[in-house]
Amino acid sequence: MDRSALQRGALGVDLRPGRALWLVAPVVLAALPFVADALGDASITTLATRIVILCIAAASLNLALGYGGMVSFGHAAFLGVGGYTVGMLYSHFVAGAPFLGFVPGTDQMLLTLPAAMIASGLAAAAIGALSLRTGGVQFIMITLAFAQMLFFLFVSLKAYGGDDGMIVRRRNALPFLDTRNDTTFYFVCLVLAAAWLGLLSRIVGSRFGLVLGGIRQSERRMAALGVPIYRYKLAAFVISGMGTGLAGALLGNFSRFVSPDMMHWTQSGELMIMVILGGVGTLMGPVLGAAALIGLETVLAGWTEHWQVVMGPLLVLIVLYLPRGLGSLVSRKAGGRHG
Amino acid sequence: MLSVRGLQAAYGASQVLFDVSLAVEAGQVVTLLGRNGMGKTTTIRAIMGLTPAIGGDIAFEGAAVVGASPDAMARRGIGLVPEGRQVFPTLTVRENLVATAANRLNRRDPWTLARVYALFPRLEERHAQFARTLSGGEQQMLAVGRALMTNPRLLILDEATEGLAPVIRAEIWRCLALLKQEGQAILIVDKNLSVLKRLADRHVVIEKGRTVWSGDSGDLERDAELVRRYVGV
Repeated sequence: MDRSALQRGALGVDLRPGRALWLVAPVVLAALPFVADALGDASITTLATRIVILCIAAASLNLALGYGGMVSFGHAAFLGVGGYTVGMLYSHFVAGAPFLGFVPGTDQMLLTLPAAMIASGLAAAAIGALSLRTGGVQFIMITLAFAQMLFFLFVSLKAYGGDDGMIVRRRNALPFLDTRNDTTFYFVCLVLAAAWLGLLSRIVGSRFGLVLGGIRQSERRMAALGVPIYRYKLAAFVISGMGTGLAGALLGNFSRFVSPDMMHWTQSGELMIMVILGGVGTLMGPVLGAAALIGLETVLAGWTEHWQVVMGPLLVLIVLYLPRGLGSLVSRKAGGRHG
Repeated sequence: MLSVRGLQAAYGASQVLFDVSLAVEAGQVVTLLGRNGMGKTTTIRAIMGLTPAIGGDIAFEGAAVVGASPDAMARRGIGLVPEGRQVFPTLTVRENLVATAANRLNRRDPWTLARVYALFPRLEERHAQFARTLSGGEQQMLAVGRALMTNPRLLILDEATEGLAPVIRAEIWRCLALLKQEGQAILIVDKNLSVLKRLADRHVVIEKGRTVWSGDSGDLERDAELVRRYVGV
């Protein structure tokens, strides 16, 4: 029997690790909260929720960083804008006074999530429009600078909690669903993450995605073929920012708390680590990266308060021995487009 | 269609083009000849807007285009097949062709994937392969196909047969002859005088950044000795 037949297994199902993951993952993810309940450890569900939310952010950053070659060191800004959209709309809803005198507050998730995506999309358009006039190291530094500017802006905004941040007393509501239930909220995040990843995979496979990949390889070559480089990059950057804003809005709901720390450069760095850890320019890479980073953080923090001493070398080892990221463990094709 | 007069260009402080003039009319095939380092590629780059012109005029379809960006030039209808091919290695053959495909000039019978595959059957056989796995000749065909898919008014080929096996060269020349029959205007930089004499309508010779000779294939025959000295292969 040859190897491929062996891999197919007794039921004729393709059992290669990559394929198997696609089959097993949805089942595991769907069963997770119930297993957690059975084990009597509800913290598993909240941990999984956090991972799922940050998957959205990491996958979004990957569109800019991995597919578009735009190394943004300021994506936490969009995470924060998304979170603050939820927080500010909630506080205006509670106070009954409209934001800027004409935007009424709300606690409805069907409104706050789109609003967060629009707000972070606008922020990405403004930051991207200026930053994309540069490239390389300057781009990294300018995106970092813009994110830090937003960080300090929100630190000084006393009306919205300043550096203490603001509490969202109740999670945003959804019709027919009780989002205050952690299991329900987990599934809401899971569905949104699946939808966003699906959309990203469509974008990457579209002509827009092909052109974006070409731009990453050579802007001049693409320009000589008639492609308006700047507009394509800006569009990708804005989509990337919107996804990160969605993650921020969910994160604000999840922890019922938003603070300038969401925009801190360490948060941008953490998102980048997720992408690099999982596999730059692959669809599932950031998902694995987010799961690995947050999972490791939690496990190591349970062992020792100096968990970063272990985490640092571990990351170095992973990057050294799996230069194409964790994704290359489960899929041979991981990084295939990045040669 | 394309008219270049007194073109000057420089890389930083070192001026490379001093006085280049050439013209391509609709349906014509024109060659740009000269030894290495005389400014052929720089001329192409300056026309395309990849290297800024510091003097002279470039007109395309009646519009002054000095200072236009490369993507604007491409959108006006120039399809460049750059020196060294430069396909996108991590896209497949098909993706390379369709990613930048366009028919901005609303041609009535535009280039399609099927037509490019008919012109280069080799590309159809390899349509799902990553471009980096293609041979040099196949990459060249892909670069030509990619330029055609933008439905250009003027196709510019910079050293399209450089470093290719004779069989592949012949294949490329055959396709260029077909394109000419269809009325495609082409500007070619190459050194293969014997083939170009048959294929092209007009020839322009540049030497040290200046146009020193131009004429049709008959003139080329007559001034063979002079041109050989300039081109010197």
